[in-house]
Amino acid sequence: MSAPVSRRSVLKGSLVLAFALAGPDVAWAAPAKKNGLPQDLARTPGLDAWIRIGEDGVVTLMTGKVELGQGILTALGQLCAEELDVEPARLRVLSGDTRVCPPEGPTAGSMSIPNGGAAVRQASAEVRALLVDMAAKRLRVPAKRLTVRDGTLQDSGGGARITYWELVGGKRLQREATGTVAPKPASQRKQVGRPLPRVDLPAKVTGETRFVQDLRSDRLVHGRVVRAPTPGASLVAVDSARVAAMPGVLKVVRDGDFLGVIATREWGAVKAAAALAAAARWKDGAPLPGDPHAWLLAQPTQDTVIHSVERPTDVAPTRTLEATYRRPYQMHASIGPSCAVAEWDGTTMTVHTHSQSVFETAEALAKMLGLPKEQVHCRHQDGSGCYGHNGADDVAADAALLARALPGRAVRVQWSREDEHTNEPYGPAMVTRVRAGVDANGDVLDWDYALWSTAHGTRPGGEPGNLLAGRSLAKPFAQPEPKNGGPPNYAADRNAIPLYAFPGQAVTTHFVKAMPVRVSSLRGLGAYANVFSIESFVDELAHAANADPAAFRLRQLRDDRAKAVIVRATERFGWAGFQRRPHHGRGLAFARYKNLAAYCAVCLEVFVSPDTHVPRVVRAVIAADAGEVVNPDGLANQLEGGLIQSLSWSLKEAVRFDARRILSRDWEGYPILTFSEAPSVDVQLIDRPEEPFLGAGEASQGPTAAALANAVFDATGLRVRDLPLTSERLKALRG
Amino acid sequence: MAFTLNVNGASHVINEEEDIPLLYVLRDTLRLNGAKYGCGVGQCGACTVLRDGSPVRSCVVPAVSLQGREVTTLEGLRAPDGALHALQRAFLAEQAGQCAYCIPGMILSAAGLLRRKPSPTEADIRTALDANLCRCGSHNRIVRAVQRAAAELAE
Ligand code: FES
Ligand code: FES
Repeated sequence: MSAPVSRRSVLKGSLVLAFALAGPDVAWAAPAKKNGLPQDLARTPGLDAWIRIGEDGVVTLMTGKVELGQGILTALGQLCAEELDVEPARLRVLSGDTRVCPPEGPTAGSMSIPNGGAAVRQASAEVRALLVDMAAKRLRVPAKRLTVRDGTLQDSGGGARITYWELVGGKRLQREATGTVAPKPASQRKQVGRPLPRVDLPAKVTGETRFVQDLRSDRLVHGRVVRAPTPGASLVAVDSARVAAMPGVLKVVRDGDFLGVIATREWGAVKAAAALAAAARWKDGAPLPGDPHAWLLAQPTQDTVIHSVERPTDVAPTRTLEATYRRPYQMHASIGPSCAVAEWDGTTMTVHTHSQSVFETAEALAKMLGLPKEQVHCRHQDGSGCYGHNGADDVAADAALLARALPGRAVRVQWSREDEHTNEPYGPAMVTRVRAGVDANGDVLDWDYALWSTAHGTRPGGEPGNLLAGRSLAKPFAQPEPKNGGPPNYAADRNAIPLYAFPGQAVTTHFVKAMPVRVSSLRGLGAYANVFSIESFVDELAHAANADPAAFRLRQLRDDRAKAVIVRATERFGWAGFQRRPHHGRGLAFARYKNLAAYCAVCLEVFVSPDTHVPRVVRAVIAADAGEVVNPDGLANQLEGGLIQSLSWSLKEAVRFDARRILSRDWEGYPILTFSEAPSVDVQLIDRPEEPFLGAGEASQGPTAAALANAVFDATGLRVRDLPLTSERLKALRG
Repeated sequence: MAFTLNVNGASHVINEEEDIPLLYVLRDTLRLNGAKYGCGVGQCGACTVLRDGSPVRSCVVPAVSLQGREVTTLEGLRAPDGALHALQRAFLAEQAGQCAYCIPGMILSAAGLLRRKPSPTEADIRTALDANLCRCGSHNRIVRAVQRAAAELAE
């Protein structure tokens, strides 16, 4: 009954084969820095690297940015269709294929629209200008008499017409972007700014092949990797003879501490991996710290004053307040565990992956395998939402190592739930300490902020030592020493600099290099803890000043766009006229993500049960300003999703572990927010079509956490400074 | 061992190990994408399918136990002419989903609910979906999609 599925139908799933491409043979000169070009386009200025017009009238857009469930391919398509004057349906988007797409770095940090989107817009505008020029020459009419509609150019004076594909179908333009063509002004946009439906959703609600988890071929086999049962453990011995003899098992692979098995069928691989795990003896690594926050404060640190403003006046503060906040280790916790399909044909290692960083991961894989870079071909295929650096890259390495041991077969590896929960790199625990000297009005004179954190970025970045498997080989690759990110985006200290116009300011980062628990980028990086801390403390200051928290913020802000989101959020929420019911409270928080991306204010109403102390969010309002909005529905979806995810982190989530092992091994050990716990969310967008794009995918994480703590304080008078904000903590505070 | 399984209206003779969960038969033997692996231990709902119209977690149900039962996956919701099910249309109309990995399980759980209770309240929907996890925060859109489908089916 299982009809053989051809290679072709496998590839069809990856969006790639619907049209033929000339191939990856275009070698552009080293990226030139050109003035006036968006960064990604300056790096890859050849227009053929971005857009191809097929003879069949299909327009192909190539992008190095990848779909993570954030709707990026839809938005990029809108930008391209807009500037080229083609219908979105005419577009095919190729994404994250290291051999055909422009290298645009990782899809991360809320930078895909500001960088990738700006590049697509400019490249499309330039291609259109070239095509209009060519048509004018061909039709012998002045270029300004030509109008374009869905790729057809028409002479408004005569009536002569020609299409893009008649002009250049199948041929290369062989031109570079110049930066001299202006994209359309806001008043002329038809596609951008509209809520176009997501291009990838139909396939996902019908079960067509769109996820890497669903790739199949007649050469498909199933691999599983047996991971160390405790962090840092090493494999002492394994008796694999019995496993190798199990029905359907094709191979047991061991290389140092890397232990895996390949079987013909998936269930067979699951059972073989369990048997292999039972046959393996491990030696524990170093013990894990008991209290991660005490541990952080006790470590040697690399200290940097990242910001300081000397107060011009020397009035003595009338009062000094101080508080310490903590954030635990938290998981990405994707619903679908990480997965990859790899195939080694003796020349090329092809890896289908949902990595956020296909180019850098391809490089890391090549080094791990000892292959030249050109021999590793990564092709992005959608996965379950990742929200940062999860197991995607590690499982790609697992699949590649197993595939190398079994040439000619496509080896699919999907992590188990326990693999994912216990091996993904967590969002790091942090401690922050803030002290403020205030004047007689309660306004801040001196603001002193310090944070302690391990690294937030251990993405592959071309280094096999950042891959779990790369570190476990018999000849292991060492994990590179982690670095903190600097300005303007920052990492641990992202959003640590306040936006408020406090006269005296000092911000210090205490960076800890050791990583007893595996860590990396989780949506928002340090912004989650820093905004939680700053906005909780500003609330504490407002209460100490007997001021309304909204008015208190507004009077210390100078940025009108910042004020506008606070005003919009509080108006929609009904802040001023809030009728306090017993055990209910309201909370507000604000941030501009990275201090340079989207502005976001969140208002929440909570109910805290007097009996159980369980806090429940009743309703939420977000107001955001992301500059020009490409797809308002996509943006609203991201902001609301971010709010609900942040509520989940902030109400329920902390990775539990003892001295030996991770205790959060499944969803019971690491519960997340459910339907009954998710509040209604009202998303308000302030669209500014004339302004630059401001990335927004991570904007609501920080403000949500602080708005929650502030609302709980309003409801109960209890100030929780340790996340997550659980009923146990409230009970303990109540005493 | 060999046994017969009725999936999406077609009968299949399955030759698999006795302990194989339904999920692996659906995905690996029958090559259906709808049911997704999420946890394998009945905690997340990504693998939900219908057994005689009621939602079950295919990752923990032994396939052999379904002999004589009617199994429906996401693929089986479409009409024979390929038309989408009201729930599928509603999820698209509400753009309910971000990564959408959880969505097949949501749709099947909702189909079970609507069969049991054609006009559910919002609270009914939330309760029915409480054991289906979504990490992207698409909850409210999913609830609206189920309400939309219920309204359409009631017409
Ligand atoms: S995969 Fe079956 S419930 Fe999670
Ligand atoms: S939409 Fe991604 S898990 Fe639900």
